[in-house]
Amino acid sequence: MDKRRIEENFVKGVMIASTMIVVGSLLAVLIVVLLKGAPALSLSMLTQTPKGGYYLGKEGGILNAIVGSLYLAGGATAIAFVVSLPTALYLHEYAKRSKLASFTRQSLDILWSVPSIIYGAFGYTLMVYLGMRASLLGGIIALTLLEFPIMTKAMDETIRMVPPRLKEASYALGATKLETTFNVIARQASPGIVMAILLALGRAIGDAASVLFTAGYTDNIPRSLLDPAASLPLAVFFQLATPFPEVQQRAYASGAILLVIVLSLSVASRLLTRRFMRQVIR
Amino acid sequence: MTSMSKPQIRIEKLNVQYEGHHVLKDITVDIPEKRITAIIGPSGCGKTTLLKTLNRLIELMDGVKVSGRVLVDGTNIFDSGVDVTDMRKRIGFIAQTPNPLPMSIYDNITYGPKIHGAKDRRELDQIVGHCLRAAGLWDEVNSRLREPASKLSAGQQQRLCLARALAVKPEVLLCDEPTSALDPISARHIEEQLLTLKKDYTIVFVTHILRQAKRLADYVVFLYLGELVEHGPAEEVLATPREPRTKAYLKGEIS
Repeated sequence: MDKRRIEENFVKGVMIASTMIVVGSLLAVLIVVLLKGAPALSLSMLTQTPKGGYYLGKEGGILNAIVGSLYLAGGATAIAFVVSLPTALYLHEYAKRSKLASFTRQSLDILWSVPSIIYGAFGYTLMVYLGMRASLLGGIIALTLLEFPIMTKAMDETIRMVPPRLKEASYALGATKLETTFNVIARQASPGIVMAILLALGRAIGDAASVLFTAGYTDNIPRSLLDPAASLPLAVFFQLATPFPEVQQRAYASGAILLVIVLSLSVASRLLTRRFMRQVIR
Repeated sequence: MTSMSKPQIRIEKLNVQYEGHHVLKDITVDIPEKRITAIIGPSGCGKTTLLKTLNRLIELMDGVKVSGRVLVDGTNIFDSGVDVTDMRKRIGFIAQTPNPLPMSIYDNITYGPKIHGAKDRRELDQIVGHCLRAAGLWDEVNSRLREPASKLSAGQQQRLCLARALAVKPEVLLCDEPTSALDPISARHIEEQLLTLKKDYTIVFVTHILRQAKRLADYVVFLYLGELVEHGPAEEVLATPREPRTKAYLKGEIS
């Protein structure tokens, strides 16, 4: 009897410790980045583009990277959404268990695990072929490729959870497949769809490798799709690579800004999901 | 057919096979108009399959093969010229577990009319009021029509499903054990609504509760292992069954 109780307590202890490690590492990352970046965090960081001598520790901010990242990730997410939702709905409601569906799912699994530098390299090759230079558009294309599998898979999984009885209810009223798919299935899955969008957006906004060659880097805010665009992950990368402590400090400040954006996305997705959950049938 | 009523649904040599199983075997029976017909029988005998064949909902399952004819008002619903969506509009369906749609109470009811072309706001309001009253739900929800249907209790949800089915103005209502997921009071509500509705609708319901069949049915169809064993006016089949298998079932010897 006693041995079993020790067992019970021991395993419970291991689980609690593991949970602490997970939560602790999130807090550790947050605290380190915020502490190291805090001295460099200022309003001008958020509101100004780099001024003369910025990379030597002088005036200016990283507005170029903030705006660039939002453009890049926002654009990619919008395109990915337009393609991913129909794909996921098609897989689920039309292709069902066909060979095409299982092949597509398999491809998505593979794409999911392709490292983002490969998307960057592919995007770069494509751009060279098209005679394009590093630009906002190029970055958006590479990030869209990165987002497809993430978003489509997440949507596929959430649509799979829609109870068949809801479809039956819609068909029984004389609805067509299209009406059922968009009015009932997409609606029931809407919290998961929102989650999928924000998950992909979060991945895209934090990715450095895929935008390195495709979007390039610039001190300016892009004014057209063909201008190069800066991004926060690359701002961190370039600033950390300088030999100046003040600029390295700015790297942490940029990292903190990126973290805050990602965390707000996560909180926003929770709030939005809760809103959409109201209608969902359990 | 007895003298009670002219048939609205005529089922002829209906066979349904599902992944190699012969679920319904050569069913031929007439369902009388504006009466309540109960399909009874032990579980797994094909009751639900028969019901879902009557509006071709069975086709949503993969691997189902149907042969034979189901004539509704003289038209075979399996004819290639039949518009399934139009046919299902005329033949309403109420599922075993309440299945409200993921939208407001109001939108649940207008979902059907809207897909069939109703747009006028006042007309939709009217349909909502009328159907909720007919389903006995109006007094409980009229002040919160914009709330999600998921907020309702199971009993209310099932009455909402009834109201939603009525909203497309069907001629026939198919009910698949509509009270089995409900508490006794909600079940009572649904039964009372069905009894009121039978003056306007042909109702076919599946049940495994004999007492419910006695309370509601005018006509009874008894299925056993996919075969039609006996059918006729409720008082005859339930009180003086002719077939030994019906007798055994009614006595509780087989279930």
